[in-house]
Amino acid sequence: MSLMEYNGGSVVAMVGKDCVAIASDLRLGNQALGISSNFQKIFPITDRIYLGLPGLATDVTTLRERFRFRVNMYTIKEEREIEPETFAHLVSSTLYEHRFGPYFVEPVMAGLSKTPSGSVKPFIAATDLIGCLNFAKDFVVAGTASAKLYGVAEGLWEPDLEAEDLFETISQTLLNAVDRDAYSGWGCVVHVITKDKVVTRTLKGRMD
Amino acid sequence: METSFAITGKGYVIVAADTTSARSIVKMKIDEDKIKTLSPHLLMAYSGEPGDTIQFAEYVERNIRLYQIRNLYPLRPSAAASWIRRALAESLRSRKPYSVNLLLGGYDTASHDPHLYWIDYLGTMTAVPFAAHGYGSYFALSLLDRYHNPEATLEEGLATLKRCIDEVAKRLVVSPGKYKVKVVDQDGIREVEL
Repeated sequence: MSLMEYNGGSVVAMVGKDCVAIASDLRLGNQALGISSNFQKIFPITDRIYLGLPGLATDVTTLRERFRFRVNMYTIKEEREIEPETFAHLVSSTLYEHRFGPYFVEPVMAGLSKTPSGSVKPFIAATDLIGCLNFAKDFVVAGTASAKLYGVAEGLWEPDLEAEDLFETISQTLLNAVDRDAYSGWGCVVHVITKDKVVTRTLKGRMD
Repeated sequence: METSFAITGKGYVIVAADTTSARSIVKMKIDEDKIKTLSPHLLMAYSGEPGDTIQFAEYVERNIRLYQIRNLYPLRPSAAASWIRRALAESLRSRKPYSVNLLLGGYDTASHDPHLYWIDYLGTMTAVPFAAHGYGSYFALSLLDRYHNPEATLEEGLATLKRCIDEVAKRLVVSPGKYKVKVVDQDGIREVEL
């Protein structure tokens, strides 16, 4: 019995043209028994950064509270919002603090960072359960359906997708990947982050 | 084996738990009340390792009461649930974790809606329309997928609960005999006979 697969759940994030998207399923289970079809795994960190936490559900909630605290402390001390790159390292070091008794989650983050010229640059990253960072240029996946997500994302993703096309790509990727995974599914939530707004949509999925 | 259910409806939460206290294969007691009243509008059904259950339930009960005495108003259901979850999550990574599963049902007197939380010994918490713990959950959850109605009246809710209990009695080999049923709504908490 692996703790990473105990509750089930998957998250994926993708880069588009001046936008990023992050999506997750909504299932919470106890092994094969479904408990809830409305368990959120993605949390807003700032207006421009979203964090997905697939893995052991108790650690999902604990880390969400922990990151909220640490980001609030950062915002107060620095008197500015945290940048996605900085937040990624905050996630990494928080997880590595528990190197020999880890939190059983694989965080995925998506955000837009500011460039000196005033425009925005898409940013996505993922880490393993002890905080090894993976910065990707295309997409990152995590959770019980990660193997399937790699396959579908590899086939559907292309560079420089506009926000609406990116939404369609990430939605179809997740929806089709979780249908091949018994521990993920039961509906999805998708966030598309653009320069001036975040669009959040809840998708219906197969309930089996 | 130990089983507990909870169902939300229109302005109420029903919480039910069996009343057996077992040690190994022996029933030691058949009228144990495993649902604690935490505040005037908050119920908690607990099950799990004997000893841990009572110890943890009383710890929670006293702390929720302390908050009420200090602040002159009780914690709302969502706040109480978060506090209890954190207590379990911190206990999980200690030398001897509490092995206690909970169903927390409450009525929020500020926003006037019922709340139900499913919490397990790991500190996993989720808000749900209906919930169950123990072997009975394997039968009750699928039954409630079919028959649960969030807009049901109390009478209809109790009828649905009866269906759950009957189904568990019919199909589970080690089914409990008796249940204690409590309801929380706008008027507070009361026990009901099925």
